[in-house]
Amino acid sequence: MRIAIASGKGGAGKTMLTASLHSIWPVRHILADCDVEAPNLQFFVQPKRQKSIPVTLEIPEKVTEACNHCGKCREICRYGAIAQFGKKITLFSDMCHGCGGCFAVCAAHALEKGQRTLGQLEIASLGKNAYIAGSTRIGEVMTPPVLRKLFAELAQMLAQDERDVLIDCPPGVSCPAVTVARNVDAMVLVADPTPFGYADFCLAFEAFRSLDLPLACVLNRSEMPGNAGGDSKLLNFCADQGIPVAGQIPFSREAALTLAQGGLLPELSLAWRTRFETIGASLLQIFGEVPHA
Amino acid sequence: MPNPQLKEIVVISGKGGTGKTSITCALAHLAKNTVFCDLDVDVPDMHIILDPKPQKTEAFMGGNKAIIQQELCVACGTCQELCHFAAITEDAGRFTVDHALCEGCGVCFALCPQKAISFPEALCGHWSVSDTRFGPFVHALLKPGEENSGKLVSLLKKEARALAKELGYTTLLCDGSPGIGCPVVSSLAGASLALAVVEPSLSGQHDFQRVAGVCAHFQIPVAVIINRYDLNCQGSEALEALCQKEGYPLFGKIPFSPELQEASQKGLAITELKGTLADNLAQIWERIERFQPRARSQLRSLQATRPS
Repeated sequence: MRIAIASGKGGAGKTMLTASLHSIWPVRHILADCDVEAPNLQFFVQPKRQKSIPVTLEIPEKVTEACNHCGKCREICRYGAIAQFGKKITLFSDMCHGCGGCFAVCAAHALEKGQRTLGQLEIASLGKNAYIAGSTRIGEVMTPPVLRKLFAELAQMLAQDERDVLIDCPPGVSCPAVTVARNVDAMVLVADPTPFGYADFCLAFEAFRSLDLPLACVLNRSEMPGNAGGDSKLLNFCADQGIPVAGQIPFSREAALTLAQGGLLPELSLAWRTRFETIGASLLQIFGEVPHA
Repeated sequence: MPNPQLKEIVVISGKGGTGKTSITCALAHLAKNTVFCDLDVDVPDMHIILDPKPQKTEAFMGGNKAIIQQELCVACGTCQELCHFAAITEDAGRFTVDHALCEGCGVCFALCPQKAISFPEALCGHWSVSDTRFGPFVHALLKPGEENSGKLVSLLKKEARALAKELGYTTLLCDGSPGIGCPVVSSLAGASLALAVVEPSLSGQHDFQRVAGVCAHFQIPVAVIINRYDLNCQGSEALEALCQKEGYPLFGKIPFSPELQEASQKGLAITELKGTLADNLAQIWERIERFQPRARSQLRSLQATRPS
């Protein structure tokens, strides 16, 4: 089963929960970092790198002398990547979305193809488990193609060896998060019970409920100082909407420091470990799997 | 186009949840002659504190989406061959567009030999200009799961600049979104200062360095606020050293405090409650107001090192 750990709000605790579940997950699995704009799972685990795969986009790189200045490439491009000054065609390849329209309409075959690097994937081993992470290039705006390539690689890994996958999602509810959501079997929404976290949780629920995915909630930083009434408001929302709550993780300065330094919460103490084991078991139950022995 | 007289401050972080919005709202409370703008159009939160009274609300028509008109389609399959986004699927000779995958490039629409594809504009959300107790506020809400957040961000900035010009205001204060992708790049376009709210953790520092790399790419000056510095004092020192090395001015360090959530729970900015955080933020705002960005040529050499 591919389980996405998502949230509306950034910083709700997605990476913390993904890394914690990884450290207590009872069976072999793949750990996947899909927060490709800000990939942070690498700080909590020590993957042994096996290969890097560049993710590229096919773009028009050069206008050759065959160009007859008909301007059709500029007309079809909706991304401002092709301009025409006087007769001369000028390319702004950074703006290109790789639709291929310019190549299709150029009767003179005057456009030379090139590749723009969007980011890269890392595949690694992690003890008996595997690890895959994507990362966008700094200055690059196209995130979904990196995610699509990551899921294509992931499908190959699963075809060779079917396992569970624990997926750290990008925050928010727009294209990057939706791209991930469409490629998984179940989703955990990490809730931050502050007023901002509550608002973003509601937006995330609104965005993901229509995808026909089993959903569960984990409440993070419960009992936070100064946040009176925040926990119950969120729990009431879950009860009203029928979202099962798999567990709560209390606010703790000790946990905050551990996470800041790249430590795993289940390794803090037996009590912390048990807390995550209980959450893991209850997630499996909610998602309709027989708990692993 | 950006107005050179207007100071455009965009609050960013790289990592999510570092406290951008809480801090932006506090600065909004302290600012005078300023237009506020929530550019985190995907999951906006400033409205929770600013309590906007909309004066004008308009539909945001985002990108176009292709629709195959079945009565005109002869199932030649040209559109499927042309589509680079695998958005066109065939089921027993019937071709349809998967709108979640459609990039809105219009290639199928332009090149369908039967002209059987329509390409209407899609409603992607709404945007508003509102009154708040702190001043005028431009904000939006993208429909959940929608794309074109970058386009909406650009639209909001354009409207906010026009409003500032009309009112004769000198500052634009914007809350940005996490990450380094399309909405962040759109937020930073034309900014005179990227104000980074960073938390002292390995993740926080790493993601900040990535977004600072984006700022360097677009030659935008970066200044830093370290939030919840006392949750990891060692990490905070490492961040301070990084700021010193890269030439990012450090505008302040904010401790973890229950005051922040107490204020949010009441729908107030932190500075509307008397306390240590309020004094802290008042100092930070003073530094922001005094800040004169260096010439861009100097910046380039200062920010030449990029994280990988």
